[in-house]
Amino acid sequence: MLEVKLRFTQPGALVRINRASVIVDGKALLSEINLTIFEGESVVVLGANGAGKSTLLKLCNSLISPSVGSVQTPPLHEQSLIFQRPALLQRSVLDNVRYVLSVRGVAEPACTEQAQRALAACNLSANANQSARTLSGGEQQRLALARSWACEPRLMLADEPTANLAPSAVRDVESLLHTVQSGGTTLVLTTHNVAQAKRIARRIIFLDNGKIVEDRLATEFFVSPHSAAARTYLEGESL
Amino acid sequence: MGVDSNLPGTCAGRERDVSLFVDSVNAAGSLLLSGDSTLLEITVLSLRVSATATLIAALIGMPLGAWAALTESRLRTPIVVVLNASMGLPPVVIGLIVYLLLSRSGPMGLFGWLFTPTGMVMAQTILITPIIAALARQTIEDAHGPLRDWFTSLGLNAWQRILTLLFEARFSLAVVLLAGFGRAIAEVGAVMMVGGNIAGSTRVMTTTIALETSKGDLPLALALGLLLVTLVLIVNGFAQTFKARMERRNA
Amino acid sequence: MKPISHLVALALSAISLAALMPTAVAAQETTITVASTTSTEQSGLFGYLLPHVQKATGIAVKVVALGTGQALDVGRRGDADVVFVHDKVAEERFIAEGAGVERIPVMYNDFVLIGPADDPAKAAGKDIVAGLKAVYTHKSAFVSRGDKSGTHAAELRYWKMASLDPATEKQTWYRDTGSGMGPALNTAAAMNAYILADRGTWLSFKNRQNLKIIVEGDAKLFNQYGVILVNPKKHPNVKVEAGQKFINWLVSAEGQATIAGYKIGGEQLFFPNAAKK
Repeated sequence: MLEVKLRFTQPGALVRINRASVIVDGKALLSEINLTIFEGESVVVLGANGAGKSTLLKLCNSLISPSVGSVQTPPLHEQSLIFQRPALLQRSVLDNVRYVLSVRGVAEPACTEQAQRALAACNLSANANQSARTLSGGEQQRLALARSWACEPRLMLADEPTANLAPSAVRDVESLLHTVQSGGTTLVLTTHNVAQAKRIARRIIFLDNGKIVEDRLATEFFVSPHSAAARTYLEGESL
Repeated sequence: MGVDSNLPGTCAGRERDVSLFVDSVNAAGSLLLSGDSTLLEITVLSLRVSATATLIAALIGMPLGAWAALTESRLRTPIVVVLNASMGLPPVVIGLIVYLLLSRSGPMGLFGWLFTPTGMVMAQTILITPIIAALARQTIEDAHGPLRDWFTSLGLNAWQRILTLLFEARFSLAVVLLAGFGRAIAEVGAVMMVGGNIAGSTRVMTTTIALETSKGDLPLALALGLLLVTLVLIVNGFAQTFKARMERRNA
Repeated sequence: MKPISHLVALALSAISLAALMPTAVAAQETTITVASTTSTEQSGLFGYLLPHVQKATGIAVKVVALGTGQALDVGRRGDADVVFVHDKVAEERFIAEGAGVERIPVMYNDFVLIGPADDPAKAAGKDIVAGLKAVYTHKSAFVSRGDKSGTHAAELRYWKMASLDPATEKQTWYRDTGSGMGPALNTAAAMNAYILADRGTWLSFKNRQNLKIIVEGDAKLFNQYGVILVNPKKHPNVKVEAGQKFINWLVSAEGQATIAGYKIGGEQLFFPNAAKK
């Protein structure tokens, strides 16, 4: 019942979820989740819509608490969450990044400098003074990434970040995610897109109806999935 | 003006009504051009009283509205209902209550605010604070929705959320302020009672219009009415220009 | 944090604006509050009189114009220093209650019966009681102030003298508007109805349309004004010295002459009749 947030007991483990379930209005969105994510990993949570991918991510971020079981995660200021629809403020692109830095307690002039570096890394320097609302879908998601980048999180959670984007934008975002992850940040990304999962994941967690059905190395998973659910899913998705 | 042989409601009566409007437009023009000092006095007083009331009401109402928007307390729904309903508080009732409060025989008599502009500011503030709070609540709630989860993931506390949202919704909140100001400057019942419509000290545009109407000087009353509407239009015009400049700066 | 500094700036400007609000007049000037009637105010008498008061006594008078009933009520509550109304019965009751010090007669004007130019009720003449009887018989539209003002009290007295009571009988031609003199006249003009008014308000009323004076000159239409200092024993905040100075000026030779000097269209409105010392 109680959720316990401790410093991780196992070296290298960033997130530990222990027999956790999330039950809302009598319906189990997640059941009996056992999961450990290690520092530096690149994890993709794959599954159909409604499988519980977003819920799992919110559990990692402590946006929600488990009804049963326990979750250990790093403190909020070491995490960063990216949504399918980026939550941007009515300000300039630069000010959006400066905002999160100031929330984290970074004072000027470091605040503006770090913000500008993050924008540069995400190829948004040219848009620095533009109103964030006027960016294209792909640019907005890159801005969300820039925001996270600026905070140098240990754990980055991305919930279907490219679901709404055009293919070229998808490529840009994926490349940035890759850069982030190779810099040492742990990446947990959800998607229902198998091709994307193949491109990004080193470890696959396959969710079906709120349960973890498979948790394996990506290469092995895609070659020969163990479960019937996964097999059906992969066949359905491959066109 | 002598006796008029045109009965009301007849064709000739309607003609006279039309010329009444023409007369009042002329009267408005000549009032303005003459630079009448009394007119200047009552206009300045109207602006000062209503602007002050709007500022104070904003300082109280906006944080209140923001709190109501963000609170998860079970009292939320009744609070929202009360807040929305209080937008319809009859000004004349507020005027009566403030009058009784500020009377020498009343609890706040010591301040000596009855029949003074300060009393009028108090009455108008009470009138428009619910409006500002209720509209601010809705505005901030609408702004909060898409940002809620992100705020939580950033670990923001309530105060940080409120400040961020107040700035986030700043353009809509500016409109809320204008709505409050418009309501305040158009109000006549409460300021009449609490101010006493004293020539040279608590007479404002609306009470003057009421007075001139009751004296039967309809062209003058209409002229003042036109001036009041023009004044409100100018205020709104400034606000819109300011907003446009801010938006251009952001883009 | 930027938003906080914005809030602080706003707070400061609001407070300073409010502080600039004149709650009391500047140091040297004395101010008193006089509760008087709408008919007195709307006749323009105060606009004419007060500059003379200021020059002679140095007192700035703030006039709150209400119906007689409300003006006396303001005095009862201690929100005015002096009351200046025209309803002897109500004024004497005010003194008897201990709310006022002494009732001092200042001036009189008269009431007039106003009505449609063609006088359908044939009420014209010099007799107010006969005029009202004619209105009643003919069932002509009649507008009453109905607001416990001095004028309203007078109107009711005249109906009583005629042994008629259209108000209680709820006659449909009798329109009780519950309003001040000006608004009631506006209503009468729009309805082309009869109405009792004080000459002062009538003379300065600009929306006459089809109305004219039907009955005037009856001694019964005489309307006495009295001035009363609010009792400082009940309300210590009353400005006794300045209030008394104002009253003394009103009944002085200079004050009485000034009152007599107020004219509209060459016609004198108010007739000073303070007791000679």
